[in-house]
Amino acid sequence: MIAVEHLTKKYGDLTAVRDLSFKVDKGQIWGLLGPNAAGKTTTMRILTGFLPATDGKAQVGNFDVSEQPNEVKKILGYLPEVVPLYPDMTVTEYLDFVGAIKRIPVAKRKERVARAIKVTALEQVKGRLIKNISRGFKQRVGIAQALVHDPQVLILDEPTIGLDPAQIIEIRQLIKSLKGEHTIILSTHILAEVTQTCDGVVIINEGRLMASGSLEELTASFHKKDGAVVKVRKDIQAAAAEIRKIEGVEKANREDGDIKVEWPKGLDLREAISRLVVEKQFGLLELRPTAMNIEDLYLKIVSGGTES
Amino acid sequence: MKNIWIVARKELRTYFTSPIAYAVITVFMLLVGFFFYSLVWWFNSQSMQMAQNEYYARQININQMLFQPLFNNMSIILLLMIPLLTMRLFSEEKKIGTEELLYTSPISVNQIILGKFFASLLVLVAMLVLTGVLSLFTFVFGQPEVAPVLNGYLGLFLLGAAFIAIGIFFSSVTENQIVSAILTFGALLLFWIVNWASNSASGIWRGVLNYVSFFQHFDNMTQGILDTTDIVYYLSFAFFGLFLTHAVIQSRRWR
Repeated sequence: MIAVEHLTKKYGDLTAVRDLSFKVDKGQIWGLLGPNAAGKTTTMRILTGFLPATDGKAQVGNFDVSEQPNEVKKILGYLPEVVPLYPDMTVTEYLDFVGAIKRIPVAKRKERVARAIKVTALEQVKGRLIKNISRGFKQRVGIAQALVHDPQVLILDEPTIGLDPAQIIEIRQLIKSLKGEHTIILSTHILAEVTQTCDGVVIINEGRLMASGSLEELTASFHKKDGAVVKVRKDIQAAAAEIRKIEGVEKANREDGDIKVEWPKGLDLREAISRLVVEKQFGLLELRPTAMNIEDLYLKIVSGGTES
Repeated sequence: MKNIWIVARKELRTYFTSPIAYAVITVFMLLVGFFFYSLVWWFNSQSMQMAQNEYYARQININQMLFQPLFNNMSIILLLMIPLLTMRLFSEEKKIGTEELLYTSPISVNQIILGKFFASLLVLVAMLVLTGVLSLFTFVFGQPEVAPVLNGYLGLFLLGAAFIAIGIFFSSVTENQIVSAILTFGALLLFWIVNWASNSASGIWRGVLNYVSFFQHFDNMTQGILDTTDIVYYLSFAFFGLFLTHAVIQSRRWR
């Protein structure tokens, strides 16, 4: 549905995106993840046709962004980083205007606007001037604006920025509910957002592709060892030594008052460890797996290492 | 065409749901009303004196003595007012980030520019039509010739259209409305008085400076002269302004 090939964008001497390639399948949600100034917004602006690429190709649907920009714009909904709102319009007026410039026929426009309002739960503010509604509602108007013409592709630049935790959860649920019908790319620098909403992730840093793939693929490729964290009440030193003796355990070190145990992938020694700790009466308080999470992955990738 | 109207309607809504259009129209009407009042008063006393002498009495001409100076005054007020009408058209979109919505919608840059142009043009028409009420009084109490008056209004309309196009151009180069208005005002004033320099210029430049100036062409129109040169001049000026706007907007693609 979305394909980016060897995309490069230069602003004068500054290269914002270099040789970026990735692909998103129909009906999926993908996250564009990276620290600030990594090139996320630039990539999205190229996909939406707002900026031209210096080099490379970008495709949305079956259309090339630079060759058939109008076809792309028809099937695309876009929430820019700065939500493009007219403060002196009411929510309904605004969505009607957006619907008009997105070429929704007059006969259908009212119904589409009503649906966008319903999906984004804007009923209570639909008659109010946009300048008078709260930040969370403005963000939702931004999303309503992006999906009012029922586009096949949604591009959302930092959809949850500046919202309070409750609103963030709401927006994430809203985005998730749009999955399937729409193909969605969202950018973020919040890791949790990716793990909670996305099927796949493209990690970029300084304009370069660092990694891309589904979440499982990525964690699997970066994650070569399994492990667990064990917390005991007494004799940490002795407990660690005992655990080290279990067959298969490669490492069992003290770390911040816990014992961090590692073993080769494929094994599961949690049962053996818990039995040992209980039998020797070290006082088992906690035992949890240290499945590598996206956070470690991200830090690892962005700091440059591809090997764990 | 439909897309142009969609943009124009949005701009008109902004003009009339905010105080902008009301303020501009009201101040314009007040000033024009004042000029009209003083000119009528002056015309009255003047014609009373002239009527005492048979030779002069024949030269009393309401078109020349009332309408011509009135149109000249109106053109100066337009020069002050139009920059205020156009200053936010593109600069505001840039500032609040809505340009990203416009330029990622299936609607062309030309349609956006023309939509904004026609919206301002309609406000201009509203202003001119309202002043038409004043002119009607002169037809009730006197016998001016209709054609030169209409010609003067056509001149104001064309002049205003050229002003608006230049204003739109300057609003596309900055995201600051004040800067946009100042640049527009400066450019309009310069084009108004540029023919002053023609006295010291020589050869072809004298003609060029005279031709480029708003003043010369507008003078013709207020005198009741309908010359295609003047019409072409204003239309090409308007076209040039809109063309430059297009170039500025597209230039973000080269950067």
